[in-house]
Amino acid sequence: MNTKTCSTCGHPNKEGTTICEKCGKPLDNDHKNKLLNMRYDGSAIRSKTKNRSIVDKTWNFFSSVKIGVTLITIALVVSALGTIYPQKMYIPTTVNPAEHYRDQYGITGQIYYQLGLHELYSSWWYMILIAMIGISIFIVSIDRGVPLYRALKNQAIKRHPNFLKRQKLFSEIHDYSADDKDRFIKNLKKHRYKISEQDGHILAEKGRFSRWGGPYINHVGLIIFLLGTLFRFVPFMYVDEYLWVREGETAVIPSTNQEFYVKSEEFIFETYGEDKEDAIFEKALQNNNAPVPKHFETKAVIYRDVSEDVIGAEPKLEEVKRGGIIVNEPLKVNGLALYQDGYQLNEFKSMSFKLHMASDQQEEAIAEFTVDLTEPNSEYQFDNGYRIELGKYYPDYELNDGQPSSVSNYPRNPGFVFFVYGPDIEDREASFLAIGQNIPSGNNQYKIGLTDFSVRDVSGLTVRKDLTLPILGIGAFIFMIGVIQGMYWQHRRIWIHPGGDGKLLIACHTNKNWFGLSKEFEKVIDGTSFSMVEDQERKNDL
Amino acid sequence: MSNLTAKEDANVAIGDHAKDFQLKQVVTTNDNIIKLSDLRGKGVMLNFWATYCGPCKKEMPYMEKLYPEYKEKGIEILAVSVDATELVITNFVEEYDLTFPILHDKNSQVLDAYGIRPLPTTYFIDENGIVVERVLGELSLEKLEGYLKQIEPN
Repeated sequence: MNTKTCSTCGHPNKEGTTICEKCGKPLDNDHKNKLLNMRYDGSAIRSKTKNRSIVDKTWNFFSSVKIGVTLITIALVVSALGTIYPQKMYIPTTVNPAEHYRDQYGITGQIYYQLGLHELYSSWWYMILIAMIGISIFIVSIDRGVPLYRALKNQAIKRHPNFLKRQKLFSEIHDYSADDKDRFIKNLKKHRYKISEQDGHILAEKGRFSRWGGPYINHVGLIIFLLGTLFRFVPFMYVDEYLWVREGETAVIPSTNQEFYVKSEEFIFETYGEDKEDAIFEKALQNNNAPVPKHFETKAVIYRDVSEDVIGAEPKLEEVKRGGIIVNEPLKVNGLALYQDGYQLNEFKSMSFKLHMASDQQEEAIAEFTVDLTEPNSEYQFDNGYRIELGKYYPDYELNDGQPSSVSNYPRNPGFVFFVYGPDIEDREASFLAIGQNIPSGNNQYKIGLTDFSVRDVSGLTVRKDLTLPILGIGAFIFMIGVIQGMYWQHRRIWIHPGGDGKLLIACHTNKNWFGLSKEFEKVIDGTSFSMVEDQERKNDL
Repeated sequence: MSNLTAKEDANVAIGDHAKDFQLKQVVTTNDNIIKLSDLRGKGVMLNFWATYCGPCKKEMPYMEKLYPEYKEKGIEILAVSVDATELVITNFVEEYDLTFPILHDKNSQVLDAYGIRPLPTTYFIDENGIVVERVLGELSLEKLEGYLKQIEPN
């Protein structure tokens, strides 16, 4: 390794060092009158000194603040571009994305698709971009942080006079007494400076820890935060599913490998105005046309399937826990939280019918039967010789191109084709029934009429697990500590050099807030004959 | 970053072992339970469908058309319905005259295990129980035949 030997003390400094590590002599002889660059306390920075091997070049690339800022800017811009049109996961799953983007959004949509922006956030190059930002933050911290830490840990108390003379705040004191010096040091201690002394040289220092806050501690926080967001890819860490469960029904809870089931015993939906206590809201309620919901709750039971059978076998359910699921009070099981998130009221559960003569004004029942819509029978037999066959059942009836069909799994709008057989019916009589419809197949002798129905409510539950939150929290907390550390404290140092000939050299340095430092210096020299330090930067400018 | 979730990933993907399951066969005279692993040695087309799903209705006749020929060649078709009631399945199967086994996933356990999102979703499984192809959405007759050829046992 190349070294740079200090001409005063002979200490071999690493190449790239600008201030001698041992005596503090500035090693850049060319700019005698300029202020010293105190960045990283003059220590050698790896990225500034080595640029030979491929490792050096990679290191230098990532340790450049310019590159870091550029990467962040690119990430911000492409992240924004990804929001112009919906991501692939939000378009219908059955359509061909290549056609969908072109048809929906025209030429720009096609470009969007061809650039791969429709799958941006999980694309390999986006991940690489985010990873590069992470690497950049990591390397830049090590590149600057380690040398700075070492330089400050081993800093010399005795410094070369030129080191002091080339500080921004500097003064030379000629006439002073020992009392003045003692008073000065006492004042420094009062302002919580740590005093180190060696052969009459004094270093007063405080707030060194604030140097680690700004760029280093908060970078650690950022990296933890980034890792936390990446952990969302791990199913073990993050689950976000949705589940509909009907009153009286037991449904498998997603992402539990069919181990846990939830049953809805009851869905409770209350609106304002039902209770006496709601009287105070009367005026507000009058301004609302629709009822105002007050309370949603699913009375749920959670079961565990204890059978060891293969998937699809009838589960053997054992109750694990029961309770009410309210909006912000989930029921928790196996690290998952079930939240009340949606509802559908009054889905049909059963419908009751009667058979009567079409000509009978009184509609006197010849036979009565109930169709359980959750498990309809195909046939209803009666003692008096009549038999009704449920020929077709459409849970969610709709007429498509003249063809009756069901558009969903759920009895929201049930439609039925009944065939009536009886002692006095030659073949059979067909009727079609749906809400508001009762169509005979021809000149029917018999008619079926709806007599009653029952309904049930459906609960929409969100199944959520997010183990990344504590990681994000820790990351954000560390980041905040770093920011506070760097913002509210400063690293201030005051050097005193017995210059000989009865004079003292005093120089001050701070990493930020020079105004605060000069104000403090004014207080520290209070009661002494010491003169105020001069701002050499301003003097040079004049 | 909040969009980065594991949601998109299939629970059973191409190259995976098809998860074993057993379901009751419906629209049949005998009480029959069909277990996927019992079909080892045969190619299996595993089709998830429902009576209310339009594209499913379109591809069912294609499956019926190719079934006799490929059954001879050692391929079984399992059509797993996710309908809520057996009656609608019976209505449908009788209307379309389907002869391959229809299974009823009444509790949505197999649907959950396979992580099925769109209907239809079809798995083509080879004689060793490995998923060779996974198709989201409707199949054409030509594509269906192509995939069936891929899982013909040697």
